[in-house]
Amino acid sequence: MERGSLLNVSGLRVIFHTYRGTIKALNGVELWLNEEERLGIVGETGCGKSVTALSIMRLIEQPGEIIDGSIIFAGHDLLKFSEDDMDKIRGKQISMIFQEPVAALNPVFKVGFQIAETISHSRGISVKDAYAEVKESLEMVGLDWQRTIDLYAHELSGGMAQRVMIAMALAVKPKLLIADEPTSALDVTIQAQILELLDKLVTVGKNAVILITHDLGIASEFCDRVAVMYAGNVIEVASSAEIFDQPLHPYTKGLIESIPVIGKSRELVGIPGVVPDLVDPPTGCRFHPRCKHVFDKCYSDLPSLTEVKPNHHVACHLYQ
Amino acid sequence: MKLGSFIIRRLFLMLLVLFGVSVLVFVIAKVIPADPVGAILGGNAPIDLVEDMKRRLGLDKPLMNQFIDYMSGILRGDLGTSLKSNRPVAKDIANFFPATLELSICATFLSVVIGIFLGILSAVYRNKFIDHFARVFSILGVSMPVFWTGLLLLLLFYFRLGWLPGTGRLGLFVTPPTRYTGLYLLDSLLSLNFEAFKDALAHLVLPSIVLGYSAAASIARITRSSMLDVLRQDFIRTAKAKGIGKRLVIYRHALRNALIPVVTIIGLTFGGLLEGAVLTETIFGWPGLGRYIVNSLLLLDYPAIMGGTLFVAVIYSLVNLIVDIIYAALDPRMRI
Repeated sequence: MERGSLLNVSGLRVIFHTYRGTIKALNGVELWLNEEERLGIVGETGCGKSVTALSIMRLIEQPGEIIDGSIIFAGHDLLKFSEDDMDKIRGKQISMIFQEPVAALNPVFKVGFQIAETISHSRGISVKDAYAEVKESLEMVGLDWQRTIDLYAHELSGGMAQRVMIAMALAVKPKLLIADEPTSALDVTIQAQILELLDKLVTVGKNAVILITHDLGIASEFCDRVAVMYAGNVIEVASSAEIFDQPLHPYTKGLIESIPVIGKSRELVGIPGVVPDLVDPPTGCRFHPRCKHVFDKCYSDLPSLTEVKPNHHVACHLYQ
Repeated sequence: MKLGSFIIRRLFLMLLVLFGVSVLVFVIAKVIPADPVGAILGGNAPIDLVEDMKRRLGLDKPLMNQFIDYMSGILRGDLGTSLKSNRPVAKDIANFFPATLELSICATFLSVVIGIFLGILSAVYRNKFIDHFARVFSILGVSMPVFWTGLLLLLLFYFRLGWLPGTGRLGLFVTPPTRYTGLYLLDSLLSLNFEAFKDALAHLVLPSIVLGYSAAASIARITRSSMLDVLRQDFIRTAKAKGIGKRLVIYRHALRNALIPVVTIIGLTFGGLLEGAVLTETIFGWPGLGRYIVNSLLLLDYPAIMGGTLFVAVIYSLVNLIVDIIYAALDPRMRI
């Protein structure tokens, strides 16, 4: 299969205009995804994971701006689409769920209405007709529809609200589901339930998934492939097993060494230095100030994402 | 909680507030160091005349009995007799209030339509031309005093251009409509007196614009900031991600959430207008409640002042009740 048959993001650059200066948030992001494939995007806060997701939905707003690149989804470049064309993609072919499920639901509308609204828009049917399917959607995510359909967001727990969000996102049978830290705001036990539910539903629904998380463990467990981001670039992409067993990029290695392992007593190793300020990012490889393998080329040239082993891509001068 | 039980609870609370206000009005009238009898008869009246007047006003009775008389009067709708006009205060208020009510409704309607619309546009097209325009419009509206805009508009549209009538509620040669409600627009329609309707409407235009403009300005500013705040919320991102289009995102998902503080301002403005916009009523020769109360104050007309104060309190409570009901209807979280 051709690389990225469903989604192919290349050279994506996004900036944010602020009083402090221009934040170079995405610096040429490369991503690709096939039908029914699950890709995890992992990285620290501020590395551009969410900006990447919002760019795919074309939801970057002032003061943000997509300045370069292409996002080919199902054969069309979304960056060339008008707003009206995008609304035929959003909530129909690509759905999204978010980090704070309670805040992501409108507080003044009943849960049932919000799901019905989504269905009605994707299908072009009336909200009233869509209600028939709301019951089914709520049952699908394990909620008692009679109890839930007339509730408001503030009457739901975080886990219930995320189930509602999942119901809403999957009711439209999207080709791609983008889940932006769907479990970060939930209790650990609920996290597992939600991930299990998501796993079951997307397997049945054959949806492709982009799972954004800062937890490498969750990503590798849930996804087929994992992309690691650092300071606005994808720096390594490999299968979930390989990224854990044979990480290549010094940053990925550092990330894995910093994960505590239960039962093993070893000293946790952090990555020295801090995440760079993206108003004035480091030249060349953006990781070079924190890298222990740094050499002259790292200061001047931005390494490109290259396939160094079959299906293992890394953006690091050490391997080029 | 269901909306119905919320309203019933609010009504009950309102009765408590009104009882408190009536007590307060009575106490204030008793404590202030001014003498109603002196105000009527003058400082040098003979003692037996003063005693007689005291008896007629019921001021010779013990305080508790006076209070009971006063409260039972209120319950019967009797606010006492005005010392100056010698008519029942309740009747006076019923005479003057419709003029104020009519003007307030028109001014509020104007300000709500313009204010909310401008506020939305200005939030959605933030920092674009329409936003700058709306901000200048608002600053002018908030900072220009009504007596000044009132005079300017009169000068232009009445004296210079002659497009609109000057003062009062009706022209001299127009027959007033049969009185059903005291609202000329409504009464003239009910009695099919279209000439009076046109004339009353023409008389309402300028004072409504003057009062409506300053209110529209503050409503626009609140709507703008509230909208901007709501548009940043997570659920707006969800709505956009649903692909329902910009119009529904703004009018269905954002506006309803943004309206809460706006409704507060509208309620306060409307309440304030009902109490009588003294300056505007004076400039436009409008026979409204504001002028009645101010005149009573100047003449130390006790029953009229007490009755007017109580009436204004009732109006405010009613407006507040309506505002609370609108809150609860807009936002389910308010019903808790």
